[in-house]
Amino acid sequence: MSGLDFLTTRLEMALGWGRKYSLFHYPFITACCGMEYMSAACAHFDIDRFGAGLTRFSPRQADLLLVVGTVTHKLAPVLKTVYDQMLEPKWVIAFGACAVSGGIYQNYAVVQGIDRIIPVDVYIPGCPPRPETVLDGLMKLQDKIQHQKQDWRWAGKP
Amino acid sequence: METRIQREARPESMLINMGPSHPAMHGTIRIMLELDAERILNAEVEVGYLHRGFEKTCENKTYFNLLPYTDRLNYVSPLINNLGYAMTMEKMLGVGVPERAQLIRVLMSELSRISDHLTCLAAMAMECGAFTVFLYMMKAREFLWDVIEFTTGARMTTSYIRIGGVRADLHPDWRGSLATAVRETRRVLKDVSGLLDKNSIFQGRTRGVGVISKEDALSYGWTGPCLRSTGIPYDVRKASPYLIYDKLDFEVPVGEFGDNFDRYRVRMREMEQSLRLLEQVAALIPGAAPITGEPAIEPAEAIRVSRRQKTAARIRLSPNLEGSEKARYADLMTSDRPAALGSTACGVVVPPKEDTYTTMEGLISHFLFFMNGHGIRPPKGDVYFSVEGGNGEVGFYVVSDGTDRPYRLHLRAPCFHVVSALEQLIKGRLLADVIPTFGSMNIIAGELDR
Repeated sequence: MSGLDFLTTRLEMALGWGRKYSLFHYPFITACCGMEYMSAACAHFDIDRFGAGLTRFSPRQADLLLVVGTVTHKLAPVLKTVYDQMLEPKWVIAFGACAVSGGIYQNYAVVQGIDRIIPVDVYIPGCPPRPETVLDGLMKLQDKIQHQKQDWRWAGKP
Repeated sequence: METRIQREARPESMLINMGPSHPAMHGTIRIMLELDAERILNAEVEVGYLHRGFEKTCENKTYFNLLPYTDRLNYVSPLINNLGYAMTMEKMLGVGVPERAQLIRVLMSELSRISDHLTCLAAMAMECGAFTVFLYMMKAREFLWDVIEFTTGARMTTSYIRIGGVRADLHPDWRGSLATAVRETRRVLKDVSGLLDKNSIFQGRTRGVGVISKEDALSYGWTGPCLRSTGIPYDVRKASPYLIYDKLDFEVPVGEFGDNFDRYRVRMREMEQSLRLLEQVAALIPGAAPITGEPAIEPAEAIRVSRRQKTAARIRLSPNLEGSEKARYADLMTSDRPAALGSTACGVVVPPKEDTYTTMEGLISHFLFFMNGHGIRPPKGDVYFSVEGGNGEVGFYVVSDGTDRPYRLHLRAPCFHVVSALEQLIKGRLLADVIPTFGSMNIIAGELDR
């Protein structure tokens, strides 16, 4: 193992630690789950304790996309646009049964899970999920971010 | 696709698009605006971003199974939607509801109404920049949801109010949690009044903005707090009382000018009335007799026990199962069997689980209730019934062809009529006026787009 490898793993750890506690999230709220999102974000459950309290209403300033609620075929292009506008590194949480799989709406109008349109990092089940479940999902994402390998191509490494 | 506003716009004016992913548009409404500097010359509202096929889905569900879909219509006050649907079906079947169940229904309706108004005003205030109000009101909502959760087991989408009654009895400690919720909500309402009532920024953005006349509001089909803000005291609870509302003492607050501030004031005062109603109903609900006897057991154990001893010794099932408290069933669920159901063994409610797991007759009636082509089969015909929802008259129109599924189900969503006037209200105003006007209307996309 060369000294450079040791340095990059240390740097990855530091970057992961920094990133997981400074998530700026963009809530893409459409439906019922929005109520539980509000509860999770407010005083009782307080998502800010986990370093994800800062809500940004512009996708260009956010690095965590929370897809909260049902995405219909009419809304799908909007979601795709919002995702494309976000800068790397970015993560996506599918919040609630509808975003995960279409939920109870198995019909002509509803997209059967947002992973048909955009990649998803963490799925939070529930119709709607309780705020505790949301916090659990957030911690799972933080765990993932901590252990994520960075893209070193910008450093000239293969 | 070229929209109306693009065709009609003057070449020198600016067209901008607001939503559907705009934070103040609640993620599901799109407003296209033709602007001259900040002045709105023309507006076009597009809805349908949350069309989830509710009405079509209901045609493929049995009358019992479609109840959870009604939860998700106006998701800020799901229990009122449950109530509207359940009462429509009760009217169609001609069954009554026990008095205790009626009282519980009123209790749950009023809790939902307060949480609906809290959410609306919280979002409206937040969009105007008053973030503290948002935090305070969400705090109060948590206490209200605690009461709901203790009894129903869910925070929002409860499916608690069933055709013919309610799912279970109140939680043994419901009085304590209700007293806390009422006290905390009163405190929050006082705080919020102090923050907003004389706040000059809030006044400037709401007073005289989004004004609608009585005639216009009526012709658009407005109901609920939005209509009452214009001074018309129309409330379904007073106009055609249902449950026990005619025996309760409450006022219908009305506004004067029909502007955003009046809509805010009407909601604030309505919450005070709902708190009064909660206290009245809590006093009317008698304490339930404690269930005594053997400790509760799980279904598998119940089946074993019933095989061993066929006699009268009653078995208590775990209270997590629906209808497991057979001792209280008579107080919560109707025992009426409408003649229209004919010779089928079942009524309109789920048979008690104790019978299902311990007797053969109970098992048969359980299957008959849930099997395809059986269950609740109302007579041919159509029926309309409406209740006072969080933002107006929530009406269900059900057409039955005599089978176990509705032939057609239509929801009269109060939001739909309110949002149709939005274009008129914002035309000629400034761009910033869109936000409080839209916020004060309480648009819930779940019921708007259905």
